[in-house]
Amino acid sequence: MGKNIIEKVWQQHIVYEEQGKPDLLYIDLHLVHEVTSPQAFEGLRLANRQLRRPDLTYATMDHNVPTKNLPIITDPIAKKQIITLADNCKEFGVELADMGHPDQGIVHVIGPQLGLTQPGKTIVCGDSHTSTHGAFGAIAFGIGTSEVEHVMSTQTLWQAKPKTLEIRVTGQLGFGVTAKDIILAIIAKFGIDVGTGHIAEFTGDAIHQLSMEERMTICNMSIEAGAKAGLISPDAITIDYIRGRKYAPKGEAFDQAAVEWLALASDDDALYDRTVTIDTSEIEPFVTWGTNPSMGTGISNTVPFAADFEDESDKQALQKALAYMDLQEGTPISEIAIQHVFIGSCTNSRMHDLRAAAEVIKGRKVAKGVTAIVVPGSNTVKQQAEAEGLHELFLNAGFEWRETGCSMCLAMNDDVVPAGERCASTSNRNFEGRQGAGARTHLVSPPMAAAAAIAGHFVDVREVMNIPV
Amino acid sequence: MEPINKVKSVLTPLNRKNVDTDQIISKEFLKRIERTGFGEFVFYHWRFDANGNKIEDFVLNQSKYDGSKILLAHDNFGCGSSREHAPWAILDYGFTVVIAPSFADIFHNNCFKNGILPIVLPVEIIETLLATAENQTIEADISLENQTIKAVGQSYHFEIDPYYKKMLINGWDEISLTFQYEEQIAAFEAKKSLTV
Repeated sequence: MGKNIIEKVWQQHIVYEEQGKPDLLYIDLHLVHEVTSPQAFEGLRLANRQLRRPDLTYATMDHNVPTKNLPIITDPIAKKQIITLADNCKEFGVELADMGHPDQGIVHVIGPQLGLTQPGKTIVCGDSHTSTHGAFGAIAFGIGTSEVEHVMSTQTLWQAKPKTLEIRVTGQLGFGVTAKDIILAIIAKFGIDVGTGHIAEFTGDAIHQLSMEERMTICNMSIEAGAKAGLISPDAITIDYIRGRKYAPKGEAFDQAAVEWLALASDDDALYDRTVTIDTSEIEPFVTWGTNPSMGTGISNTVPFAADFEDESDKQALQKALAYMDLQEGTPISEIAIQHVFIGSCTNSRMHDLRAAAEVIKGRKVAKGVTAIVVPGSNTVKQQAEAEGLHELFLNAGFEWRETGCSMCLAMNDDVVPAGERCASTSNRNFEGRQGAGARTHLVSPPMAAAAAIAGHFVDVREVMNIPV
Repeated sequence: MEPINKVKSVLTPLNRKNVDTDQIISKEFLKRIERTGFGEFVFYHWRFDANGNKIEDFVLNQSKYDGSKILLAHDNFGCGSSREHAPWAILDYGFTVVIAPSFADIFHNNCFKNGILPIVLPVEIIETLLATAENQTIEADISLENQTIKAVGQSYHFEIDPYYKKMLINGWDEISLTFQYEEQIAAFEAKKSLTV
């Protein structure tokens, strides 16, 4: 019987196994950022321990960094965290893409961009969206700070082998429908805990037609479906993306690696503990209306009614969410007005995303009363977008063109949505207060965010694109 | 970390599904570089309004639950961000046990690294306990050794991974334990030469 990629990669990384214990798993790549690492470095110092493999560790600054008026950091506590990371990297010999470094950016954007992310690796980071790297066929997952310290000390983690979940996506993507809509539709259909205790593999023709950047958007939000990690078997598109990148193998070593990587793909007769299926014909451009990522629907729909839910606690959850979001049951999604637009985050800040949004705003203007910002995923993305002239399209339309960082996705820096205001956001979480205390987040794709910026409310991007400029 | 075995305390009912770690500890409190001092910020935006006034009907603001060490929660507790500041805040506030029908994976893992006992019980039992604890204070008597919870005249058994049970009862530092496998780690590395 065949094996799936999850079983293959897991098996290759077991350092030690024993009945009644989790597996001791080797970690191939440890990505580090300023917010979840200081206590781990401090733990090493207090115990007088070394960082075992600085050569398998790579750090950058993203969560806290300002996206304008660089290099001034006005928040003294944020500044301390940033300086602490630089000091720690120096002390322990970790390579750091510091603020302003050409390779700096959101940790989950730069890993793939630098070729650090490769098929078959185990990759961890003190950030739940580490699942992004699964797009390459790596087992990549978020860990807490104690585990960050454990990896620093031992380059391993004790991990109980998760169950496997196949999420099969069939069909062809329609015009105006993106990878973001696929993953939002998956979470809405199967729930935010469908993946709990599992690693998910996304399979099916709809997935393997996607570019690497689109696959990263899908895997990025696996954690929003509760999965420990989400991955996609490598194929020719994966290999093409990695070739020539800074830290990728070169020459013959690359060709040899590519053969090994492709062999990791799930076998045709592989089995999973569970399989769920969705067809892209069910998927239209998506908008979330609630306070977790499963509370979303297609642009042609309305906010649901309590009567749509059977379970009493689901009715209560709906009412709590609508109270926070200041929405009424049955309100058409297209009638929801927004005041902010955020295009960015580890979910949607890559070239594909910026191009798709730029296509929509080209020759159009941001609606009056709407503040719209674009925050590229890395300095490299920013530079490339500028070389293509995308920044001018955004600026001419009335968007702000910012420096890289996590920015308004979690609003740890100054990029905050004010209380009571609404944001069309290409990020990954619409939890209460995520983008600022009392702020109301609606998750959408980059083209849908761009369309909302122009209209001042949600609108079907397919209609916008059919109206000549 | 502190060993944990027997805990006896009033239950604090938090009757809400899918409580995410952004609610447990909001991002404005993540900038500290220490592990301590997060307790006063736990569930901050549910405890205080925009002007910093207490929201009286939130459970943590009700004096009948003061000093409680056991948080009784609902499905998928701790979903979202991997921030370990969430269990740090819960522990610093005074809870050493969280009981729920299910936990999000990363949060669940983080509990074991900090001496917090996460207990999974069937949803029907949790819902009964939640309903009771919301109306009157009820005390629970927990033994990790025996894997039992005694409350409202009932005794419930819970399952826990034997490895993590041993870690919690002994308050062991996992890194020290892993150093005992140095030989295996070195052998693995020798077999597989890797560089970034």
